[in-house]
Amino acid sequence: MTLSATQATARGHRAPAAPGDRSAMARRAIAVLLCAFVLVMLVGLGTGPAFLAPNEVARILLAGPDGVGGADTSLADRVIVWQIRLPRVLLGALVGASLAICGAVMQGLFRNPLADPGLIGISSGAALAAVATIVLSGGILAPFAAITGIYALPIAAFCGGLLTTLLIYRIGTRSGRSSMGLILLAGIAIAALGGALTGFLLYLSNDQQLRDITFWSLGGLGGASWTKLLAGAPMMLAAILAAPFLARGLNGIVLGEAEAFHMGVDVQWLKRASVILVALATGAAVAMSGTIGFVGIVVPHLLRLWIGPDHRALLPASALGGAILLILADMVARTVVAPAELPIGILTAALGAPVFLSILLCRRGFAGL
Amino acid sequence: MLTIESAHLRYGNRAILEDVSVGIETGSFTVVVGPNGAGKSSLVKLMTGESEPSLGTVRLAGADLSAFSPRALARRRAVLPQSSALSFPFTVAEVIRLGLEAGGHRLMPSAIETALSTVDLSGFEARSFETLSGGEQQRVHMARVLCQIGEPASWSEPRYLFLDEPVSSLDIRHQLSVLRIAHDLSRKGAGVVAVLHDLNLASAFADRILVVSNGRIAADGPPATVICDGLLGEVFATGLKVGRLPPATMPFVLPQTAAFPT
Repeated sequence: MTLSATQATARGHRAPAAPGDRSAMARRAIAVLLCAFVLVMLVGLGTGPAFLAPNEVARILLAGPDGVGGADTSLADRVIVWQIRLPRVLLGALVGASLAICGAVMQGLFRNPLADPGLIGISSGAALAAVATIVLSGGILAPFAAITGIYALPIAAFCGGLLTTLLIYRIGTRSGRSSMGLILLAGIAIAALGGALTGFLLYLSNDQQLRDITFWSLGGLGGASWTKLLAGAPMMLAAILAAPFLARGLNGIVLGEAEAFHMGVDVQWLKRASVILVALATGAAVAMSGTIGFVGIVVPHLLRLWIGPDHRALLPASALGGAILLILADMVARTVVAPAELPIGILTAALGAPVFLSILLCRRGFAGL
Repeated sequence: MLTIESAHLRYGNRAILEDVSVGIETGSFTVVVGPNGAGKSSLVKLMTGESEPSLGTVRLAGADLSAFSPRALARRRAVLPQSSALSFPFTVAEVIRLGLEAGGHRLMPSAIETALSTVDLSGFEARSFETLSGGEQQRVHMARVLCQIGEPASWSEPRYLFLDEPVSSLDIRHQLSVLRIAHDLSRKGAGVVAVLHDLNLASAFADRILVVSNGRIAADGPPATVICDGLLGEVFATGLKVGRLPPATMPFVLPQTAAFPT
């Protein structure tokens, strides 16, 4: 890393950065990720039973959903791109970006590169609420399902995530000060409790509900539509756009809470804002696509090795990296066993775990590992 | 002027500090000494705003410290912690840049270079912080704090520097050089407060020594009056022998052992 930083400065840049300052490299990395994101979007939109080259996809996108924007495009292609694949690819991008950004925020807040919304029970709380809605919407939750309609699942998952977060936060806070260690341990306990309750609901459910629940536990982007996207997108988008405002505080808190305060960070505000942001994005992401593991750990970790731990670059880079990873994983999920689909959570875990282990093996003895 | 008036600090039922009143002048170097657990760090935490007094007030330039936002405080004072571990792979330059940003200064590579040469770590910019030795890490944090407080020439209002055991991991040469840097800043107008365990370093550098014992200020004055056998022996509950070095009559302290009997 030190070597690459030196190389970056040796190559020269118009604003000379201090040696060891990777901010110029981080800006270039974000530009590269942005280009990769656009390319992956186009490839993702073109991949499926009917293959379309990226330039064709771009032409169809430019023509607009009704094809009035110029260039001759077939109705079938427009429907495939605009109605079938675009909501799914956008959903993948938003969910991937949310999961990765939540991972990066949690890791900064807990000063631990292995922290993740899944670890402290937020995902399991959201999943429990979603499963409860699936199983009990014909019973005691019928009024809730009737009022909320198609938004029932995202609202339930969001509330589940938020309630779990508030509960964990409450347990971990004494006389106005939160202990992140206590929050982490409380989260693990709550996650186990959530797992037990989800198991109980599984036991109560019928065959159809069982299939739906399996989807939640393995994750997937199947059934994406504009309606579904619009239900969850605002919460995820809000969290993604708000995250950069936490960057300065997270940079400070990496040195410790007291040091962050000494450097001008309002630590209690930072903790509250981070927890709400993570609950918001994780709740919505879980509601849209079930629990998808490893994106939140692997993406920020890999990016930190590349561009360094400065959250001002790490958060936007993680959002782009998470989006790219999930669009790619979804492409594989829907093509590898076509016409069937693999649950995407299986893929992210199968890809993520070996990558993660290889990082650990390479860096054994470094970085406090 | 930073003033603590009749401050008490309690954690639960335990009294950490009791009825402490002290003022820190700008342009002075104050050293806080005292036995382990006496309340030295807690006293510094009151001064930095990290802890709020259970009773009494802490004022900076006449205004209550709690009225300042964390950001406004960070522009007026910098704090060097006892120890600080990093959980992510920062380079030395990135750690120091945090100090520049906290102080609201422009990010000049030359500022990082200057700060590093001040703490005798020139050329360490691109090194990974976590591969440095404990003493080197402590000096990097010192450089970060120096960047936060900024160049004395640029100060529009007085700055304060708080150092909690700044030399605990350092060899004798770097102990002296870090304390000289702090002393120089006090001569350029900063109010410097350092917690030290080495009574001889305290005696050599301090304008004023605060002796903290059992949550109270047991003595407050220049080294020549505070460093004396009876008081130190009582506070530290151990046999100490104080001598005087002419011509400035600077006191020095030796432990009473078989080699140095009374």
